[in-house]
Amino acid sequence: MVLQEKARPAAPPTAGVVILRGAVQVAGELLITAGVILLLFVAWQLWWTNVESDAKQSEVIKEFAQDLGAAPAPAPTAPPAEGEDFGEPVVGAAPGHAGTIGIMYIPRFGPNYTRPIVQGTSQDVLDTLGLGHYDSTAMPGAVGNFAVAGHRQTHGAVLDNIHTLVPGDKIYVQTKDGYYTYIFRNNQIVMPSRTDVLAPVPTLQGVAPTERFLTMTSCNPRFGAEERIIAYALMDSWRPGSAGPPAEIATQVAAAIGKG
Amino acid sequence: MYGWIFRHLPGPLWLRIVTAVVLVAAALVLMVQFLFPWMSEYTQFTDSTIGAASQP
Repeated sequence: MVLQEKARPAAPPTAGVVILRGAVQVAGELLITAGVILLLFVAWQLWWTNVESDAKQSEVIKEFAQDLGAAPAPAPTAPPAEGEDFGEPVVGAAPGHAGTIGIMYIPRFGPNYTRPIVQGTSQDVLDTLGLGHYDSTAMPGAVGNFAVAGHRQTHGAVLDNIHTLVPGDKIYVQTKDGYYTYIFRNNQIVMPSRTDVLAPVPTLQGVAPTERFLTMTSCNPRFGAEERIIAYALMDSWRPGSAGPPAEIATQVAAAIGKG
Repeated sequence: MYGWIFRHLPGPLWLRIVTAVVLVAAALVLMVQFLFPWMSEYTQFTDSTIGAASQP
């Protein structure tokens, strides 16, 4: 531009050229702004939603611990012998929408993995509160299918490591009634329309269940939602809250509940 | 556009810089609070539920 003005010093830009330049500049700045907003959106979704959800989920666990506090947890110093039989598991009543069912502990996901399980699978539950229980499915410990959904990425990324589960891994569910130990069996990648994974006997529609299943659903691949990854587990044992937590998660339970 | 806004902010240079920073921060808060949650409803990169059962 400077060169041009030197070459033709006697030609000031006309009004039309000035307006055009202004319009091009404003349009350019708006486009750059749109690009920056999109980048910020990605940062918000991949990072900030995790920060927000983690804080909210700790709060939910704290509240759950306070409710448990009415019945003081026994000292986990003398855990009863493993394999002790406590009879038929107690099955709690389903809470209302967004009510807390309990806490899930998965040692495979790290020693600090404690996530709340909340009733419902709508966005308000999954985006902030943690694992959402499909309200049409069974409660923990019931014969049938206890199915939960959780985000693979963003909003706490509660099931980010679902693909790292190894058959035999223990998955613990704590409710106000006690502790349910599930054992991971296999996973499966399906299309999002496969509602039969939520059937009382997963993938077998119309079959009467005789066993206690836990089914977890999350998105697949990790940063997409074209498919779903499903993890199936079978209940192994149950112990009432008064018997204390299973030895493997005693410290996690103490840390999670101790906050209350 | 942004140059025009900056030139039309009142006060001395330091005050205009402060005002500009506050305006940018306010825009960020508005985006995080309202714009991004609204946008995420239309970009289902993260839906983790199964079929129609996800709708209560």
